[in-house]
Amino acid sequence: MTNISVTVDGVRYDDDVEPRTLLVQYLRERLGKVGTVVGCDTSNCGACTVLLDGRGVKSCSLLAAQSDGHVVTTVEGLVPTGEDGALHPVQRAFHEQHALQCGFCTPGMMMAACDLLADNPDPSDEEIREGLEGNLCRCTGYQNIVRAVSAAAAELRSARGAAPSTPEGVASA
Amino acid sequence: MIPAAFEYVRPDSVEEAVSALRQAGEDAKVIGGGQSLVPMLRLRLALPTTLVDLGRIEELRGVRDDGDAIVIGAMTTHHDVLGDALVQRYAPLVAQATETVGDRQVRNLGTFGGSLAHADPAGDLPAVAVALDAQMVVAGSSGRRTVPAADFFVDYLTTVLEPDELLAEVRVPKLDGWGVHYEKFHQTAQAWAIVGVAAAVRRSNGSIAEARVGLTNVASVPVRGRAVEAALAGGEASAGAIASAAEQAGEGTSPSTDLTGSAEYRQHLSRVLTRRAVSAAAGL
Amino acid sequence: MSVVEEHRPEVGNARLRKEDAHLVTGQTNWTDNITPPGTLHIAILRSPMAHARITDIDLGPARDRPGVVAVFSGRDVADEQGTLPCAWPVTEDMVHPDHPALAVDEVRFAGEAVAVVVARDTASAVDALEAIEVDYDPLPVVLDMEAAVADGSPLVHADKGTNSSFTWVFDSAEAGTGGSVDEALGDAEVTVSRRFLQQRLIPSFMEPRSVVVDPTGGQFTMWSATQIPHILRLMLALTTNTPEHKLRVVAPDVGGGFGGKLQVTPEEVITLVAAKRLHKPVKYTETRSDSLLTAHHGRDQIQQLDLAARRDGTITGLKVRLLANMGAYLGLVTPGVPLLGAFMFNAIYKMPAYRFECTGVFTNTAWTDAYRGAGRPEATFAIERMMDELAAELGMDPMEVRRRNWIAHEEFPFTTVAGLTYDSGNYEAATDKAMELFGYDALRREQAERRERGDPVQLGLGISTYTEMCGLAPSRVLGSLSYGAGGWETASLHMLPSGKVEVVTGSSAHGQGHETAWSQIVADQLGVPFEDVEVLHGDTRVSAKGMDTYGSRSLTVGGTAVIAACGKVIDKARKVAAHMLECAEDDLEFADGSFRVKGSPGSEKSIQEIALATFAAHDLPDGVEASLDSDATFDPENFSFPHGTHLCATEVDTETGMVKIRSYVSVDDVGHVVNPLIVDGQVHGGLAQGIGQALFENAVYDSDGNLLTGTFVDYTVPSPADLPAFTTARTETPATTNPLGVKGVGEAGTIASTPAVVNAVVDALRPMGVNDVPMPCSPHRVWQAIQDANGGASS
Repeated sequence: MTNISVTVDGVRYDDDVEPRTLLVQYLRERLGKVGTVVGCDTSNCGACTVLLDGRGVKSCSLLAAQSDGHVVTTVEGLVPTGEDGALHPVQRAFHEQHALQCGFCTPGMMMAACDLLADNPDPSDEEIREGLEGNLCRCTGYQNIVRAVSAAAAELRSARGAAPSTPEGVASA
Repeated sequence: MIPAAFEYVRPDSVEEAVSALRQAGEDAKVIGGGQSLVPMLRLRLALPTTLVDLGRIEELRGVRDDGDAIVIGAMTTHHDVLGDALVQRYAPLVAQATETVGDRQVRNLGTFGGSLAHADPAGDLPAVAVALDAQMVVAGSSGRRTVPAADFFVDYLTTVLEPDELLAEVRVPKLDGWGVHYEKFHQTAQAWAIVGVAAAVRRSNGSIAEARVGLTNVASVPVRGRAVEAALAGGEASAGAIASAAEQAGEGTSPSTDLTGSAEYRQHLSRVLTRRAVSAAAGL
Repeated sequence: MSVVEEHRPEVGNARLRKEDAHLVTGQTNWTDNITPPGTLHIAILRSPMAHARITDIDLGPARDRPGVVAVFSGRDVADEQGTLPCAWPVTEDMVHPDHPALAVDEVRFAGEAVAVVVARDTASAVDALEAIEVDYDPLPVVLDMEAAVADGSPLVHADKGTNSSFTWVFDSAEAGTGGSVDEALGDAEVTVSRRFLQQRLIPSFMEPRSVVVDPTGGQFTMWSATQIPHILRLMLALTTNTPEHKLRVVAPDVGGGFGGKLQVTPEEVITLVAAKRLHKPVKYTETRSDSLLTAHHGRDQIQQLDLAARRDGTITGLKVRLLANMGAYLGLVTPGVPLLGAFMFNAIYKMPAYRFECTGVFTNTAWTDAYRGAGRPEATFAIERMMDELAAELGMDPMEVRRRNWIAHEEFPFTTVAGLTYDSGNYEAATDKAMELFGYDALRREQAERRERGDPVQLGLGISTYTEMCGLAPSRVLGSLSYGAGGWETASLHMLPSGKVEVVTGSSAHGQGHETAWSQIVADQLGVPFEDVEVLHGDTRVSAKGMDTYGSRSLTVGGTAVIAACGKVIDKARKVAAHMLECAEDDLEFADGSFRVKGSPGSEKSIQEIALATFAAHDLPDGVEASLDSDATFDPENFSFPHGTHLCATEVDTETGMVKIRSYVSVDDVGHVVNPLIVDGQVHGGLAQGIGQALFENAVYDSDGNLLTGTFVDYTVPSPADLPAFTTARTETPATTNPLGVKGVGEAGTIASTPAVVNAVVDALRPMGVNDVPMPCSPHRVWQAIQDANGGASS
């Protein structure tokens, strides 16, 4: 067993884990963060994407032990708890642009989009497609996903003009 | 899928890591970012008894200027390599190739040294290291040794690293005033290169003074395009001359046949992509 | 904001989806999220051999591993597991082998389940698999369909004496719907013959399959990532001897299906058997590798087509011979899949003679079954490729050849040579719109210029003018095709006392947006707010009956059932309203959610008031029960026939073989549209899968029968960076066979797009002597096609 201390969606957890435990297993099975899902075993699909210290990572390709001392944000932490019904601009854009159908890839897709937008606040459609190359969706053909990320980028840019700061690990809500 | 059980060690220094490797023996494995290793663990294609995690070793991270070379710490993530001013200035070919590695998430965790030590001939960085005459600094029980990139890669997924050794850092000679290009050919964005060509060209007046060429995925190890380099050196910087030199790109390659292409197709691509990479590097 | 009295029509609105709120916040209910207290976890040992006799299995060492609760093999459960069902015996003499969930004495494809470990956690279960010892005695492997049907081939099922499951024939001369194809071919001015390979595909839904069975409380509750909770319940009841009324099947959030979850799986049976044996909740969630290896595959046909025509381009006959790969066993509808194409090879074209012959072939591979389009993409690909080949043969523009043969819009309804009656369509309108959006003539000019200057990157234009039969299906037609069930759908409506509405549907959505679309329909029918409608589905305790979701059937069949259920509620409410308003029923008109007495303004009762009054039941008219509920079933009288025109421009790098889609235009006619947002989304996703077949996807076995494309590294589902932006538009020619005038849209994009892309690739290379590129048109294959045409001259 290895002891880890990790902050997930704003809450600090201290746990003993078997070294072979993947971060995504730890999130789902120990913390009940089942919003993050597993879609493959070769890190191709990106469905398990979360933010680690603000950057997108595939939680199925990372040992829970490797996350020791770090800050993890999942889809469930995109909006601070207590803000019931509130949506992060990326979540809202996915809804408004019909960027999801079955919704299984959606958490990972949105977290990857947050990672992209943190680096590139005004991406072209081509940059969005390349920026999300590590995420697979079988339902949407990606057209509305690209549209949603573009819309979220615009909203985040205008919010950034108005709002002072952003919590670590999450593009501004 | 779940990895088989293993012991896990997380040393704070290179010395501790080497010592852990020595104690763990032959079936230990070093984990850097884990972006190649963890999927292999999950598929149970890799079954190490002990994993030595280099994630805590600060001295292995970052890029520094060292006179005629830059030194890239093995645990520097691809993301950090891409954002590094020294890399952009002195090793833009490394930056170009790094940008094609995996995807954003993989580049956020995956490391420069990990990609090289994994020694996948379809990986993008080994060919670049070979083309640039990079020097691999290896730390082991008996101290440090430096291995030229050309000698570092031994076979498919195999390097000169002994069981108690790890790749600590990589010295990349500065290229000032060279044109560079990495031409990666793959059908889908996530796919490995069917063939890739790394080219660096120093032009002088209307001619090519020097050229370096490295090829990805045309043998069990990255291949240096010596014949192409010789044909280019001192020649005209023209489309015709480059095309003619690129015809030599198949030399020294022994590509395999797999789902994405036959050996013959890979040799053909070597020639086409070498022409394209060198032309782009030469600014044509 | 003031209350708007008049109900604004919901049907046709781009309503944002009700489904999204929980999906974008991660408050999801995937099967793998469900773990009842005390749940045990399953791992399955799978055969590494494609064909072998199991001579011995030693489970003992696995039983001793930590955390292991039980271990069993096929022999242990042979009596409990029954045989997996095939509901579509297409001929009376179809060869239909037993299909055990766990192999008993013999394995017939690599990946077949051999033994099961049940443990307290998944890791322990997986670890214990390594302790199971199996002795296999290898048997000869047959993978190639033509070899399998040749004399002396090794047999997949030795006791059956053949690898041929069935041969099914439709001949227009025999059916009386047309003439003799052999005569047409004999008399033809031009004949074109081609052999096309429909490569094997893997549906690749994003959510791996998962199943949980909880035996607590005297019944079995199964949660499963399935498209077909109702069919699954019935089939499991019949095959595992579980009383149907003691089995509840729930399809919670389901992450895509595309036909791939239209199955009764070995894993569902195994998990049910384990829960019965252990009296504990049991769970199995597959890995992606397991999924690619064992979830049923799709397509995989060898198609031989012979087309007869006159020199003016008029088609005079079409002969189709298929070998369809069944795989090692027959799944739920495996044999029926190629037959869904039998009526579609003639497509939108008038032709006087047609013959279709299909042989289903067993091989030592994973079994095939429905995958988006199921039979119709294969047919559409073949005929649309043939139209281009005919045009090339005649030196005509490929669109002109199509125009000369298609059914003109004034000819509908039109009975085809395959015996179907297309109720409506307007191929001219869709084509004109597509040609304009695409800029066909300008692209042809650019193509000529590139050819002229010998550009290494050539431009190709591809056409697909498709139709499909969907809205599965009239029960009488299914009966005539020997399918085991009907094609109806049900809906129930409950007006709650507060005026809110619950709609129970037998359709089972897994991404299609039924909750939103059904709410729109009900809102219009009852004149209630969209937000006041709750759509319930996917749980046999809530919706006891249903035929589930596949074949682009939900809206045409299930949506129509919803309308019928609304009608019954309105009829009953009218009785109550007449009683409350003290008038005759005939004096009432119903609009915007209220019954009004004609000619008497202000004298009205809203449907919500009637719901409350009915609930209170203080003063109901004679014979009216105290509920405002209804049940309705709709059985369609005909299929629906979406159609459209897809145009694709590809840039083909002749040096590397790389194909890049430069532009893609789809104009689809799916009839009236309930929600344009959802329809566009369905088209986009369909296009991605059709393009996937054309360019990227291929399930490949090595010569020993091992799947080489067992992960997403090798089975290349396209990412966002691999697909273009699409230009989509619609024409609206309403279906005449349902009250909504809708046709279905789930499969259209997939059916239409594959030939459009491949036609574009071939078109780019035709001057180089290329007249076909096998799918997927990977760079290597494109390059090889050029080499073969040139005799290797340019290599």
